[in-house]
Amino acid sequence: MLFGVLLLAAGLQLAGYDAVAALGALWRGAFGSWYAFSSATLVRAIPLIIIGLGITLAFRGGALNIGAEGQFYAGAIAATWVGLHVAGRPAAVALPAVLAAAVLAGAAWVVVPVWLQLRYGVLEVISTLLLNFVAGSLVSLMVQGPLQESQHIYPQSDPIAVAARLPVVPGTRLHAGLVLALVAAAGLWYVFARTLWGFRLRAVGAGPRAAAISGQIDARRMTAVALLGSGALAGLAGGIEVSGVSYALFQNLSPGYGFTGIAVALLARLQPLGVVATGLLFGALEAGAGAMQREAGVPAVAVYVVEAVVIVVVLLADSASRQRMARAVV
Amino acid sequence: MSDPLLLIGGFLGASVRIATPLLLAATGETVTERSGVINLGLEGMMLAGALAATLGASAVGPWTGLALAVLAGMVLAAVFAAIAIVARADQIIAGTAMTLAAVGLTGTIYREAYGTGGAGLSLPTLAPVAIPGLSRVPLLGPALFVQPVPTYLALLAIPAAWWFFFRTRAGLMLRATGEGAAEARAAGVRTQTVRALATLVGGAFAGLGGATLVLAQVGTFAEGMTAGRGYVAIAIVVLGRWHPLGVAVAALLFGAATALQFVFQAIGLAVPYQLFLMLPYLLTLLALGGAVGRVRAPADLGKG
Repeated sequence: MLFGVLLLAAGLQLAGYDAVAALGALWRGAFGSWYAFSSATLVRAIPLIIIGLGITLAFRGGALNIGAEGQFYAGAIAATWVGLHVAGRPAAVALPAVLAAAVLAGAAWVVVPVWLQLRYGVLEVISTLLLNFVAGSLVSLMVQGPLQESQHIYPQSDPIAVAARLPVVPGTRLHAGLVLALVAAAGLWYVFARTLWGFRLRAVGAGPRAAAISGQIDARRMTAVALLGSGALAGLAGGIEVSGVSYALFQNLSPGYGFTGIAVALLARLQPLGVVATGLLFGALEAGAGAMQREAGVPAVAVYVVEAVVIVVVLLADSASRQRMARAVV
Repeated sequence: MSDPLLLIGGFLGASVRIATPLLLAATGETVTERSGVINLGLEGMMLAGALAATLGASAVGPWTGLALAVLAGMVLAAVFAAIAIVARADQIIAGTAMTLAAVGLTGTIYREAYGTGGAGLSLPTLAPVAIPGLSRVPLLGPALFVQPVPTYLALLAIPAAWWFFFRTRAGLMLRATGEGAAEARAAGVRTQTVRALATLVGGAFAGLGGATLVLAQVGTFAEGMTAGRGYVAIAIVVLGRWHPLGVAVAALLFGAATALQFVFQAIGLAVPYQLFLMLPYLLTLLALGGAVGRVRAPADLGKG
């Protein structure tokens, strides 16, 4: 992480920016005030944590889900649709309905990859990825078609019913999605650490053949369930984004959360509680990137390079330690 | 647009034009995957190629752009090879990181070079070249033989890759590495070198594909303009069963599925255009289900 930030500083200096001013803006944008921390960093961390948990679940089960971006949008579409139709209902009915729709839609978006995987052995890496593009077009279709706002001018939906919105901490943009994210993290930690199912799932991810040969585990089924759960979490993130932040559907609702979520999960070494920490870190990085662009004129996309460097460093460290272990065994 | 021949000719031409960048990237990726490496950074390498082509074309000319694009693709491929092959890190994750880095780098460099105004950049492009004689063939002539140079390169790469895989010793070594690296090593093949070279070839083709997008199709650069074509190219390799001819057919089919929207627009069919944007991806998914069951990937694909 430190390495990534140092690299960013060096790159900025080389490109002729004032690196100190840029990093200062990055810091202020992420942690400079209670408002910056609560309304920029935490708000961005929420979808990253939830998607990161989903990726953790899938990767632990040996399924490489790279389609979280599409599953996020599936959840966002479903949440918007339900959110527009629950006007007049009490929040106790509207909110659970919106979030449940998002969870179901996210899981449904993975059904085809799961089926193709089980029936024909199609790599889930490719099928989940291809569906990202379908989801992008579907959002565009929705906001210019069935879900377009009532004036039919802008490519976005009407705002969802007030009852379908998550409560917000007064004076900030921070919403109750944070609680859901933390509960999801604790829940996943419990499943991995304390249940037989979690143990078996980790066994499948670590060595599908050994797990299958043991005769105790249906490895293919475990992987399928992990993929569905991972889609459900990404869908939930999309629903929470609509219900807690945007209150409406539009294109580019996600600034690549589905892909950043992969980095979040990997950096946490696929540990659910670690995902909370790395989600916060990347939330801060992206919140700060916005400030960096506004104040120092540095393109916010530069942060992606930092994220990539972080992934690569973790990857190389893991690979090196694995090879040391292999040598020690020999 | 009442002349059906004109419509069909236009459709075929558009299919080939759309298929060209995919065909180039997919042919390169076929070489890479046959050696046992799956490169998910292909998308990033196409994007880097697109930006390099833009920089080169606006500074010197389209041919310089093309050369720079090949170089950019190879540089990224070299980094990927260092991580995934030399250090034996997970190929899927390393490839994803490469694409992420390329999105960030190209976005930053583009804004740095041309500002954020988004003023449409107009580049010198590669004009279509008619091949004497062949271009006169009715229907197929204009579609296949009045195309910009990269299309001819893509078409030539198909038999070249076939010949390399199945008629040369180096191609045999490459396939042996992909099917069983341990056995190939025992037989004296330097598998790490083979895989690194195959990855570099893949990167060069991906860069060329990205350049084609800019120089022969769009004529300008936009952030993230490859819009998933690198991933589609990987799907096309699977769809084409890791065989150069199959890959060519798959790429052309994808191009045709994308070009369908122009036909329907010309006929005046009132269907939301987004459905046509989805169609190629859905068809690819469908075709993967039908094709993959009966065919086996290189046995050591993705293994370090």
